[in-house]
Amino acid sequence: MRQVLSSEAEQDGLVEISMGPQHPSTHGVFRMDVRLDGERVVRLKPVFGYLHRNHEKIAEAASYLAAIPYTDRLDYLCSMTNNWGYALAVEKLAGLNVPERAEYIRVIVAELTRLQNHAGMVGFLLQDMGASGTPLMYAFREREKVLDLFESLSGARMMCNYMRFGGVRVDCSAEWLTQTAMLVEGFKGFLGEFEQLLTENEILMARTQGVGVLPRELAINAGVTGPGLRASGINYDLRKVDAYGVYRRFDFRVPLGEHGDVYDRYMMRVLEMRESVKILEQALRDIPSGPFIDPKAKLRGLRPKAGEAYARIESPKGELGFYLISDGSPNPYRYRVRPPSLINLTVLEDMCLGQSIADVVVILGSIDIVMGEVDR
Amino acid sequence: MDQDLKIELSKNGIFTTTFEELYNWGRKNSVWPLTFGLACCAIEMIATTMARYDLARFGAEVFRPSPRQADLMIVSGTVTKKMAPQVVRLYNQMPEPKYVIAMGACAISGGPFRDGYNVLKGIDRYIPVDVHIPGCPPRPEALIHAFMTLQEKISGQRLTGESKPRHLEKDLPSEFAVPEFGEHGLEPQQNNEVFPNPFKVLQG
Amino acid sequence: MTLEEIKGRLETHIPGCQVSIVINGSPSAQHSLLIDRQHAPEIARFLRQDSELQLDFCSNVTAVDWPDHEKTEKIKTKKIVDGVEKEVEETRKTITPGYLEAVYHLFSVCKKEGPLIVRIHTPNRAEDVTLPSLTPVWRSAEFQEREAFDLFGIVFEGHPDLRRILMWEGFTDHPMRKDYVPPPEDDLESLAVR
Repeated sequence: MRQVLSSEAEQDGLVEISMGPQHPSTHGVFRMDVRLDGERVVRLKPVFGYLHRNHEKIAEAASYLAAIPYTDRLDYLCSMTNNWGYALAVEKLAGLNVPERAEYIRVIVAELTRLQNHAGMVGFLLQDMGASGTPLMYAFREREKVLDLFESLSGARMMCNYMRFGGVRVDCSAEWLTQTAMLVEGFKGFLGEFEQLLTENEILMARTQGVGVLPRELAINAGVTGPGLRASGINYDLRKVDAYGVYRRFDFRVPLGEHGDVYDRYMMRVLEMRESVKILEQALRDIPSGPFIDPKAKLRGLRPKAGEAYARIESPKGELGFYLISDGSPNPYRYRVRPPSLINLTVLEDMCLGQSIADVVVILGSIDIVMGEVDR
Repeated sequence: MDQDLKIELSKNGIFTTTFEELYNWGRKNSVWPLTFGLACCAIEMIATTMARYDLARFGAEVFRPSPRQADLMIVSGTVTKKMAPQVVRLYNQMPEPKYVIAMGACAISGGPFRDGYNVLKGIDRYIPVDVHIPGCPPRPEALIHAFMTLQEKISGQRLTGESKPRHLEKDLPSEFAVPEFGEHGLEPQQNNEVFPNPFKVLQG
Repeated sequence: MTLEEIKGRLETHIPGCQVSIVINGSPSAQHSLLIDRQHAPEIARFLRQDSELQLDFCSNVTAVDWPDHEKTEKIKTKKIVDGVEKEVEETRKTITPGYLEAVYHLFSVCKKEGPLIVRIHTPNRAEDVTLPSLTPVWRSAEFQEREAFDLFGIVFEGHPDLRRILMWEGFTDHPMRKDYVPPPEDDLESLAVR
């Protein structure tokens, strides 16, 4: 095994350990080479690439339509938002329009994705802290309900493959909308239960407040996006800044943190779940009838004009961007995914310096990474 | 033993069995998996252990983080060439009797990412696999079915005779060669003891 | 600010830099600025610190491979063959040299503006593949430039820790290049195809 561990550490009396790639708390195949002085972290180098499946090269060999199922497998917990980011990039590249009903359906499934992702993140964070599965059981109970909805809409639980260029693949029925409304109603009760269990829990507060602080300037300079950026107090949510889709029509707030520690990042997820519930209620109330895909949109054999486009969306992990260069042929010339989890990992070392080794696990859990996205 | 006699005796409170049945019954109902999730299939594996599709009722009560304490390795997700030596090392560290379930299309043959320069076309190139589960990702019910298939396989193993399982045969290997990182890929590309290549066999 | 205004500002504040506008043919209308590699770090620092622009967030750093482009054309020229002037068809091959390109997407978090797309070219794909690293200006470029080095082979000068990030250390190829040939595999499918 190639080693980054060196003997110079031993001479200084420091211990160098390698956490991962098989480790119960590293959220996938992720490795960290940590140098410790007793229990304090002196240096931390992340190593990844253990799940590098060369998604970009495969997408450059496939046509635009054939790359959509591969985008499902990038951030495998949030396949709907990955599809949306890619569809948005192709729509910008080819100049396609999306009908209103499709935009509303896109918002509904994206916010459902955000709900189940944030619930799962809190569950995994607490499992890493030693809560041994109980919050995760609650979170997965709600996630299963959301996956039932996705399955009845798109045919698959996780790899939905649902968005198309110019709209969505199939229309949702009125019954599906009723079931979604019932889930949203029940979700408020679940959030109340969850918060009662966790938010003012002494152990959670003792282990997360003041741990892993991310200063504002570093957050912006290092390209951190998503709840991690907003926990440091910076008001930058792409749903408000870019207002892609029909997000301009919804009334929701952007929660901001003050300290930028792990507790703030945890609270971001909980508050964003509440805001997502608000958006879902408004979308379910206002969804118009109409076509679910642009009838003139060409899916197979799409040949956009030569040029390039960059589109980004606010995925539950951060800013997910797709950069496409077309040369007029049916395959993209260059296909690039801007992965939020990878860029958020840039500051892992800075947040962990001086903390104890037990906190490294908690800080990593609060960044919320998915290896399918980091390695692509 | 005669089945009717067995039933008669059991109605009177006398249970009869063989050593083999008892041994296999104990083994198959307490298979402890290793926490080994690689990619998307790992999320379905976690969902299988959660409240709706409870895997614990089949005996997989605890997922052990250490390979020294695990019986079963569920390879869930794409095995890349960078990760392959680690997978084989973990397999070598598990004590006998050990089983492998290859979950998902990627672990069986590379799956949708087969054309990748970093993707290993199936984990059965380096380690022997007992059960393969197709799907991308397979549903939690499929994983439960695979677990039950493994349990049937275990209960069908004989303790004596020609077809003894691997952990009772002293001369069958239980550790396999770990591949090395080469300049363009892994060396060797596959382990021919585990993954027989018919062309090579024909060529002699 | 429009691209022309940004170009003007750069040329005023950093004398000697060469900035040109690359027009984008698609309906997205995301045109970009092509800058020269000598002045790239200075330009980057200016873009981040200038009070009008304040591009403090580098969102996406990527590389693109443009291979050598060979064009064969048949040209009719007059030549003297056996003492007689004849019109002869000649095939002429012109090779436009290829290059590697690094593309940066810049945004401003405080002004909520963007994107500004900046490109830098290397002179060719073979010998001279170095570019200045913009990691000292925008820390978010750290891992992404390492990935461009790993998969495309662009060497970034001034990068604090330039090593392979997705492939292992002993790997020698640059897989995302257009002329990458994977090593031959001896499994059933590949053998059958061969």
